[in-house]
Amino acid sequence: MRVATEQKRLTLITGAEAAAHAMRQINPDVVPVYPITPQTPIIETFAQFIADGQCDTEIINVESEHSAMSAAVGASCAGARVMTATSSQGLALMLEIVYIAASMRCPIVIAVGSRALSGPINIHCDHSDSMMARDAGCVQIFAENAQEAYDLMIIAQRLAEDRRVLVPVMVMQDGFTITHSAEPVALLPDESVREFVGQYEPLYPLLDTDRPTTQGPFALPDYYFELKRQQVDALEAARTVWLELQERFAETSGRRYEGFFEEYKLSDAEYALVILSSTAGTAKVVIDRLRRKGVKVGLLKPWLFRPFPAEEIAQALAHAHAIAVLDRAISFGSWGPMYLEISAALGRYLHEKPVLYNYIYGLGGRDTPPESIASVVTDMQNELDPRVLRYLGLRE
Amino acid sequence: MIEIRWHGRGGQGAKTVSQLLAGAALRRGRYVQAFPEYGPERSGAPVKAFNRLDTKEIRLHCGVYEPDIVVVLDPTLLHAREVRVTEGLKRHGLLLVNTAQTPEEIRALTGFSGRIITLDAEALARSVGARFSNVVMLGAVARVLGEISVEDVEHEFAHAFGEKALATNIAALHAGFAAVDARAERSEASL
Repeated sequence: MRVATEQKRLTLITGAEAAAHAMRQINPDVVPVYPITPQTPIIETFAQFIADGQCDTEIINVESEHSAMSAAVGASCAGARVMTATSSQGLALMLEIVYIAASMRCPIVIAVGSRALSGPINIHCDHSDSMMARDAGCVQIFAENAQEAYDLMIIAQRLAEDRRVLVPVMVMQDGFTITHSAEPVALLPDESVREFVGQYEPLYPLLDTDRPTTQGPFALPDYYFELKRQQVDALEAARTVWLELQERFAETSGRRYEGFFEEYKLSDAEYALVILSSTAGTAKVVIDRLRRKGVKVGLLKPWLFRPFPAEEIAQALAHAHAIAVLDRAISFGSWGPMYLEISAALGRYLHEKPVLYNYIYGLGGRDTPPESIASVVTDMQNELDPRVLRYLGLRE
Repeated sequence: MIEIRWHGRGGQGAKTVSQLLAGAALRRGRYVQAFPEYGPERSGAPVKAFNRLDTKEIRLHCGVYEPDIVVVLDPTLLHAREVRVTEGLKRHGLLLVNTAQTPEEIRALTGFSGRIITLDAEALARSVGARFSNVVMLGAVARVLGEISVEDVEHEFAHAFGEKALATNIAALHAGFAAVDARAERSEASL
């Protein structure tokens, strides 16, 4: 039986463990960390790998995420390959230094177990933490499941360190839903990962005393603007490098991340859903059910959120009659962050625009069962007013 | 697809057995998920864990609302006000309870009209010198599912338990497996 042979290569691990395996195989020089739910099992598992002698990373236990990112910047400037992990308030505390990491062009990979921001305090998943960090200058990648969380961490390392890019890369997996859920994952051989990520050769390591450099100085009105412009170019270059890396990763793993986003039954869809991360998986099940009833519905699931592949997404959605963007974060006083991106993309690239809806779902870990997603398609079929911001699974 | 909900109390190993079951089913070439429900984690508080088992890739990443099988690891949960173990359980599903009571008594208590299997997992665990009854219940679930052999689960134990606990846990597993066998019970639910 085909399934049985395929399954033999698979290991049952959680998304957090999958990210930790990627870190073990990448074997970064330095990992400064501070624990926070639901990221903690990433770093817990990784620390166990070090204790068991499976990798030799220097873990720096710090007193806060602010210090974790500060240590990461220091180590990265010194010339080390650096990774860290965080969630929610941890990312919020880190954020001041994440901007600095990006501007100092530190290729730090940050694993994020997505979690709602306080208050009120909540440990469960939404995307308000990563969306808060949207403008920091990092590449942002969203994983649907444990397999993607593993693969995309490996890709992220090479992407960050490419000399055309050199910015931090955040790899998001949904807190608990993926971080704490055990699923079958195909791990690559250690040597394949090491070959894929290669040796990190820092451009201007501080520890290179033959070529002394000044890093992190003032930039007043004379240079600040130009430095920001260079960050724009770095994120632009990340698009090209992403596509190149996907070719290489497909050769290495046999798994292909085609383009910047996954399309599921989208090519002939009259109704399109746009969803990030684990809920996109549930949406696929809904789409299969609705297709059996003759409803032409499809999904677009972005992997890459920064840089945002606006033109490609607009083209992929152009033929739809109506589109619903499901956001797991909200910008109070405005709309969902991804809706704003898609709305701008359609406006910029399409003459005839599909009707565009926005739904906020799953804040603070509110579950999104298939019926909720199906109700969005019904709303589109019933031509509800698209000028109204709507909510899924909310008591009003 | 088969969906299973485990009811236990914090510290009784509901999450552990759900992962062991998933690992064993993966050995049989099944696609699997195992995930706990997280709330305020307190030892002794009611907790739930879930499994999905299927012959094709599982894409659902939401809660389990209508399980095919409910396993009750702790009989006191049948009387807990904050827990209703039969909630959403499919009418033709299976309720598997660790209790010294009979299926008829559990039916009267829960009002569940589907199939009920009871086994005194506490006593069975004690009889083989095991500390926890959850592994006895795991054996019973494996037997009910039919397609997972006791050896598949034993393989998973090698990673989960230290040398000292391994033998008693294997004995407990076999005890649970055999207890269901003795009742000649087979689930209509099939992978």
